[in-house]
Amino acid sequence: MAAGGADKFSVLLPTYNERENLPLVVWLLARTFQESGINFEIIIIDDGSPDGTQEIAEQLEKIYGSAKIVMREIISVLFLSGTAYIHGMKHATGNFIVIMDADLSHHVSLYFIKQKEGNFDIVSGTRYKGDGGVYGWDLKRKLISRGANFLTQVLLRPGASDLTGSFRLYRKEVLQKLMEKCVSKGYVFQMEMIVRARQLGYTIGEVPISFVDRVYGESKLGGNEIVSFLKGLLTLFATT
Amino acid sequence: MTKLGQWLCGLALLGSAWAALALAPPGLQLPVPYRQALLPLPVYLLVAFGCYSLATVGYRLATFNDCEEAAAELQEHISAARADLRRRGLRF
Repeated sequence: MAAGGADKFSVLLPTYNERENLPLVVWLLARTFQESGINFEIIIIDDGSPDGTQEIAEQLEKIYGSAKIVMREIISVLFLSGTAYIHGMKHATGNFIVIMDADLSHHVSLYFIKQKEGNFDIVSGTRYKGDGGVYGWDLKRKLISRGANFLTQVLLRPGASDLTGSFRLYRKEVLQKLMEKCVSKGYVFQMEMIVRARQLGYTIGEVPISFVDRVYGESKLGGNEIVSFLKGLLTLFATT
Repeated sequence: MTKLGQWLCGLALLGSAWAALALAPPGLQLPVPYRQALLPLPVYLLVAFGCYSLATVGYRLATFNDCEEAAAELQEHISAARADLRRRGLRF
């Protein structure tokens, strides 16, 4: 528990060239938390973006106060999701950590309610169940997504319906334990977290989310992504 | 055990059971019709799994939700956010 006995949520936002999206995400998060009366902080971990993301983050820090917005910069040659989270967690003072993308593809929704409901260790967003879904995807992309997910379910039997989403809520201790155990990079790392969590006996709740295709900026799903996904999946299959 | 390990064990188990019954090593002989039925079983199971996969993925593809409302709502939020932040002094 955080000091005072109340829950506090730390949101980790790794960013790269998110100058357009960042203020909007922060505004949406702040509003959602404030309306629910929940104590929060947003930790922005920027990978040396050349487009002025840090400058916008600093402005936001002034507007919302530095108790609420924390800006940390790391410059690394390979900006791998794992690095950003490790870095962010060092500065997180909440007892729950929310991980999401800063690119507005995750429509902000109320995870905390679900967590309280079942006292889950992890709450994961899913596009495939309930009224979760996507917007702006053509048939090909949907097919690839469903096909990849089916393969993942057959091979890994992970007990969660959406492994490649990155909108998740973790208890801080749980995230720390998982970060120690996981070795993959990129978004395969997200998949590994859930698989390892299952093995360690953590409870996972699911919340339907709407994945609205990037409002600003470009999204990419090419042959390379598919190949690297398959490699990652087979690696997890053979090592977990 | 890894998932790969589980699969290999499972396949080894089923494979040896099938080989024992269908390939008829001397000393364990089922009547001929049974053996003939068992022989192509692995192929049948593979095809059945293939059909199941296609049907499942097809169904899931067809029922993949399109979040029209969420997208519209997001656009509203974006306008509200931009207006509010501008008011608070953010220079975009």
